[in-house]
Amino acid sequence: MSIVIVALIFAFLLKEGLSIFWRVPISDFLFARNWYPISDPPQFGILPLIIGSILVTAGAGIISIPIGIASALFIAEIAPRKTKEVLKAGIELLAAIPSVVIGFIGMVTLGPFIKEIFNLSTGLTALSGSITLAFMAMPTIVSIAEDAITAVPRQYREAAIAMGATKWQTTWRIVAYAARPGMVAAVMLGIGRVIGETMAVMMVTGNAALIPHSILQPVRTLTATIAAEMGETVQGGEHYAALFAIGIVLFIITFLINGIADIYLHKAKK
Amino acid sequence: MNTFVIETKHLDLFYDSFQALTDINLNIEEKKITALIGPSGCGKSTLLRVFNRMNDLIDGVRITGDVNVLGDNIFTPETDLIALRQKIGMVFQRPNPFPLSVYENIAFGLKIHRNQSKKEFTDIVKESLKSVILWDDLKDRLDNSALKLSLEQQQRLCIARVLTMKPQIILMDEPCSALDPIATLRIEELMQELKKNYTIVIVTHNMQQAARASDNTAFLYLGELVEYGETKHIYSSPKEKRTEDYLTGRFG
Repeated sequence: MSIVIVALIFAFLLKEGLSIFWRVPISDFLFARNWYPISDPPQFGILPLIIGSILVTAGAGIISIPIGIASALFIAEIAPRKTKEVLKAGIELLAAIPSVVIGFIGMVTLGPFIKEIFNLSTGLTALSGSITLAFMAMPTIVSIAEDAITAVPRQYREAAIAMGATKWQTTWRIVAYAARPGMVAAVMLGIGRVIGETMAVMMVTGNAALIPHSILQPVRTLTATIAAEMGETVQGGEHYAALFAIGIVLFIITFLINGIADIYLHKAKK
Repeated sequence: MNTFVIETKHLDLFYDSFQALTDINLNIEEKKITALIGPSGCGKSTLLRVFNRMNDLIDGVRITGDVNVLGDNIFTPETDLIALRQKIGMVFQRPNPFPLSVYENIAFGLKIHRNQSKKEFTDIVKESLKSVILWDDLKDRLDNSALKLSLEQQQRLCIARVLTMKPQIILMDEPCSALDPIATLRIEELMQELKKNYTIVIVTHNMQQAARASDNTAFLYLGELVEYGETKHIYSSPKEKRTEDYLTGRFG
């Protein structure tokens, strides 16, 4: 049933979005440097949006993956039972905060802060987006990685400890190694969430569809573009189709990421 | 005069309020195979795990009395657990190779203890695989995952992994219970071979195994050491009624 629905959604995206490629060749659509959908003639190059998405996602990954994995190891292996329960509840709570709220907090606190320390004209930059999204990816990464680590059989730990390995050696060389597939899956799902995130990024990245030269410049992501512009389009028009084509690109990206995560989750179960 | 590598005096062990071992006085002879036998839940494995302090991993365990291993009391605050566990290797009930390659499994102990240079690794890996008679089978498959081996090979690998640390004592917790009878016999043969250089303490459910493979036997029942002595004496003329009943299959 859910497969049918996904297939229908994809079919709908194709139906609405493909018409843009009558006017703009796929290569231009993906790699042209300008996104001016309402100028005359309009230009539909989504390269700045793709770069925006990649930059923000990569930044979020760089922040959230090490912290997330380290937290998962701490919660699963080191924390005493009571601390563990409190931390797990905290992580779940973090996952339950609506993204608009996180975006709002990012906009009013993180933005001015970044503006201040880097002495910028605006604090709404790719970096702010990365930090905000890192907060959203973290709960996913921590909870799934923690499950994977907890699922490592006790015998492995016993064998290592009985050989005189320290807690650290056991955790690092054996437990983390054995839990690797699960941790990769955790990271992939976390990243998947980041790429698909819309509201929070729209609020904190500054929303300028330009190719950024550094992480301290405003960017706009694929998702934010759809959300911001869909209301202004004429149904069935070129701009409308172009936004749907962006949807197709996003769909393919998340599909690939989830696919990879799935492969690793499968490996982890074996 | 026999030398004792492990000596316990008035050893009591509690899991919270439950007393699992009561007043155990046991001396284990060097380069002999000592079997701990008794029905399930009588404290055999618990006792075995006292010797390398694996019970430390369990919450709520409390131990009183003295345990000397290789002449040192192992329950002092200064006890170096890492050094202790290098001197005492352990083989578990289910073969538990790490999810790594055959080579990495064997080299694990070398890597964490760093007593040898990298160049010596290959030699030590080879030597220890030879001493468990796996080298000829596995020399071309050192990079394969250890989890793909047969259970018997896995258990041999686990023994080889312990040997790399040059321990003096090897603790075996029902090492054959996951194996078929033929593999069991071959592991027993291996134990006889290892006895030349190592002291072995084995927990077993299998009374025939204890009779075949051990020099000394300790019979535990409900946390007490009922009888301890040379295996042939225990089996031919047990002094205690409870030992006789257990060995003749009246309970257990």
